[in-house]
Amino acid sequence: MKNGLIVSKIKNGTVIDHIPAGRALAVLNILGIKGNEGNRVALVMNVESSKIGKKDIVKIEERELNQREVELIALIAPSATINIIRNYEVVEKRKLNLPEKIEGILKCPNPACITNNDVEARSRFIVISKSPLVLKCDYCETTLTEDEVLRQILL
Amino acid sequence: MRDIISSLDFSKEDFLTIFSLADEVEKGKKLKLQEEKVVATAFFEPSTRTHLSFTTAALKLGAKTIGFSSTEGISEAKGENFADTIRMLENYSDCIIIRHKFDGAAKFASEISNKPIINAGDGKHEHPTQTLIDIYTVYKSFGSPDNLTYGILGDLKYARTVNSLLRGLTRFKPRFVYLISPEPLKARKEILSELNYPYKEIDSPSEVISEIDVLYVTRIQKERFPDEMEYEKVKESYTVDENLVNQMKKDSIILHPLPRVNEIDRRIDSKPQAKYFYQASLGVPIRMSLLYKILSGEW
Repeated sequence: MKNGLIVSKIKNGTVIDHIPAGRALAVLNILGIKGNEGNRVALVMNVESSKIGKKDIVKIEERELNQREVELIALIAPSATINIIRNYEVVEKRKLNLPEKIEGILKCPNPACITNNDVEARSRFIVISKSPLVLKCDYCETTLTEDEVLRQILL
Repeated sequence: MRDIISSLDFSKEDFLTIFSLADEVEKGKKLKLQEEKVVATAFFEPSTRTHLSFTTAALKLGAKTIGFSSTEGISEAKGENFADTIRMLENYSDCIIIRHKFDGAAKFASEISNKPIINAGDGKHEHPTQTLIDIYTVYKSFGSPDNLTYGILGDLKYARTVNSLLRGLTRFKPRFVYLISPEPLKARKEILSELNYPYKEIDSPSEVISEIDVLYVTRIQKERFPDEMEYEKVKESYTVDENLVNQMKKDSIILHPLPRVNEIDRRIDSKPQAKYFYQASLGVPIRMSLLYKILSGEW
């Protein structure tokens, strides 16, 4: 089944499409979805995509994403698109844009960074490169690679 | 109002302005602030040279000084956090000079304080006013930091003075920079990626020593190593001895941000190339010039 409908349309909620293949579980992790929340969730992995070769798709009923969740998804799945569904119709399509600064979400890997040692010092990373993803701590300048970002998000 | 967090906060013109003013101070110019100012020295990590030279510089400008040189006597020892200590000092002073063991502490302080922050060393990150002194020593010795071959020897991974010096040199035109260190102490990639001059990483000074005009030696600082075993493996991996210095050019210079442990043989102290005590003596005129620019509102 190349382009068939693997899971049915949802009435209200969010469809996250064009997730790079294999990263749907990380997306669920970002959204804090463990499966016992009560929402119906559909997860499709490694399906063909004309845009990115292979992709994952996540459909979540009765849930719309907040800004922080969108930023986190942009970190690990910049190619993803977010479709907000109301009454079976796509009412909003959001393309993810990685912000120039990522604040308060990730932890600096340098244990001697001030952000790991003062309760008020919030982590802040500057995006040095979007593809491959490279971030730099705005305080101690330690760099964070895509693998490290994924590891943090999946923990 | 201006914060000094990194040596990249200085343009080439800034370096030359400070050098020119320091030169005048050395020749006897009386540099005095028009208004009474208070300088706070917040040294959360021990320091002798930097603390005393900043304090002396402030006093010579006619400023009053307050502060501390270890965390033992301050409320942080009672549990007060760093941010609150900065807020308190901001109320009492016109400028705060910070040394701290954590990387990025000075930048964080600059976001809390509306008064200028001067980074006097934050962990293994940066020490920009040391770079002013380092490059000024080169400037005084050769007339210009340009067109010289530098050898930077030692712990290039954890030494904050190296990060600041490598960055400071991007404002000039070094002919070549050799980064000489054992493998585990190689310079940080994020610093190397910024350099706009030719450099090469090597592991021994012997092959290039005769080419070098400025040999900058750093101490291996035990306190910066996350792992003591890592320190033990490299702690005595290099020493500048008479044999090495005898191969150097007669007009070359050896610098060291001090204090030293065993990385420079004390018999070198009497050699004409040994400029590290002279380098340390330039700390006061350089820091006077910097404080003057900041406290007088020119910067």
